[in-house]
Amino acid sequence: MLIRKPADLHYSDVTPKEVYLNRRRFIGAGAATLGAATLGALALPSTALATTKINGLAQTGPFHNLGDEKPSPKATVTGYNNFYEFGTGKEDPAQNAPKWKVPTDWQIRIEGEVMQPKTLSLDQVMKLAPAEERIYRHRCVERWSIVVPWIGFSLSTLLKQVQPTGKAKYVAFETYYDSKAMLSPREAGIPFPYVEGLRLDEAMHPLTLLSFGMYGETMPNQNGAPIRLVIPWKYGYKSIKSIARIRFVEKQPPTDWGIYSDREYGFYSNVNPEVDHPRWSQKEEQRLGSGFLGQGTRMATVKFNGYGDQVASLYSGMDLRVNH
Amino acid sequence: MNRFLSSPWTKAAVFVLALVPLGVLLWLCWEAYRSSDFVPYVTANPIEYITHYTGDWTIRFICFTLCITPLRMLLNRPQITRFRRMLGLFAFFYGSVHLAVWLFLDPKQNTIPAIWEDIMKRRYITVGMLAFLAMLPLAITSTAGWVRRLGFKRWKKLHKLVYLAAIAAVIHYWWLVKSDIRLPLMYAVIVAVLLGYRIIVWMRDRKRKPAVSAQPTVSAG
Repeated sequence: MLIRKPADLHYSDVTPKEVYLNRRRFIGAGAATLGAATLGALALPSTALATTKINGLAQTGPFHNLGDEKPSPKATVTGYNNFYEFGTGKEDPAQNAPKWKVPTDWQIRIEGEVMQPKTLSLDQVMKLAPAEERIYRHRCVERWSIVVPWIGFSLSTLLKQVQPTGKAKYVAFETYYDSKAMLSPREAGIPFPYVEGLRLDEAMHPLTLLSFGMYGETMPNQNGAPIRLVIPWKYGYKSIKSIARIRFVEKQPPTDWGIYSDREYGFYSNVNPEVDHPRWSQKEEQRLGSGFLGQGTRMATVKFNGYGDQVASLYSGMDLRVNH
Repeated sequence: MNRFLSSPWTKAAVFVLALVPLGVLLWLCWEAYRSSDFVPYVTANPIEYITHYTGDWTIRFICFTLCITPLRMLLNRPQITRFRRMLGLFAFFYGSVHLAVWLFLDPKQNTIPAIWEDIMKRRYITVGMLAFLAMLPLAITSTAGWVRRLGFKRWKKLHKLVYLAAIAAVIHYWWLVKSDIRLPLMYAVIVAVLLGYRIIVWMRDRKRKPAVSAQPTVSAG
């Protein structure tokens, strides 16, 4: 009779409910491959984007041109994202994030080691400087890369609105978090709200972009609406999305993936082919959207993602293997 | 039921069904190749998609293969064993495609020293390779000729390597995901149940040692 026992087990008994539901979805996806109906659904364009055009864009400036490297197709950049709050699969954010309504009264709080903390509305932030289009390389720690025409201005413009005290050495950032619309930390496997940090000189560097749009329009939800950072010489997860809070601090702040594993995701996380991720080499990358099956799209990764001329001096004298 | 299970048509149907994932993948690649926008078919990162797709089907077919013995015992239908070799070979087939995509298309330096370094240095690749190597002798000795050459007892012993392949495949998946372990956890539970069943049967049989005939010997078919 012993023998009957395992057969009577249901996965719903031994598996947490989320896993169980996910399993059904997963098996559904597998079964779906059998059904022509779903094949049709697969071919549908990804969810419509609720974005609007940004007028008066300055399409000049030192960061507007990237030579031969043209922006990746918009469908690639908006259809393949790491935004764990909206799902851990690459296609999940494009499915789930558009359903989320960006709060209309969005505010960014700037606080910590400053003379006078400030809270700015999104409108106030966007009026601080003319919007520029900047075409940046974006390299993910997972070895894929894209080229994106971001819209925004240097983060330093915003940070200059407050007066940091002499103690301020780092800047910490925090993503908006709504537990009703987003995954739980348990599901995603990383802490929420998502946190990131930069050294003050990195945050003040002109390349560090505060971005509220791409491809001539406001930011799609899955790419970090309404406002995010873009730090083109660092791996993608440093470029925090949907910023709600900025805090000047004295000590190196915790970073989300660093909390998960600081061996794999160091504080600096500069793009560096000489330092392997523990689980894979960083010497090569796959440039997405430039061809099917990667013909001619696999390329050698360049130190600081090709921005060494501008940023290498920030790290002079530092051992980038230790401070990876 | 017995007629259904013994019918050559059933076997042919299972064969065709097992090919469906491959057919779907080829169709998706073809549509993606023809279309100016391949994102809806194979995502923005086709190589990663194909790697995960074939990896998923490898671990699923390993699970299907491991279901055969428990099903046979629980339903008391020895004919079910007819499907085991084919399912196992499909696990090996999808695993081979998975390995080939990693070897030739993955964004890394595709020189032999670099690949060797990856296998030795990255534990999820080491254990994935172990899973593949455990399946290799099983695929080679899957023919009736090899059962004869090895003798059924030894052949059966060798094919216990499938348990190693299953465990290694789950660990491979577990170690490669970044933080969301829900899917590897699901496969870990499935494999644990399928292997746990065998352990329970083995313990029960050990207790009733004299009654050797309790477990009918089944041919390799």
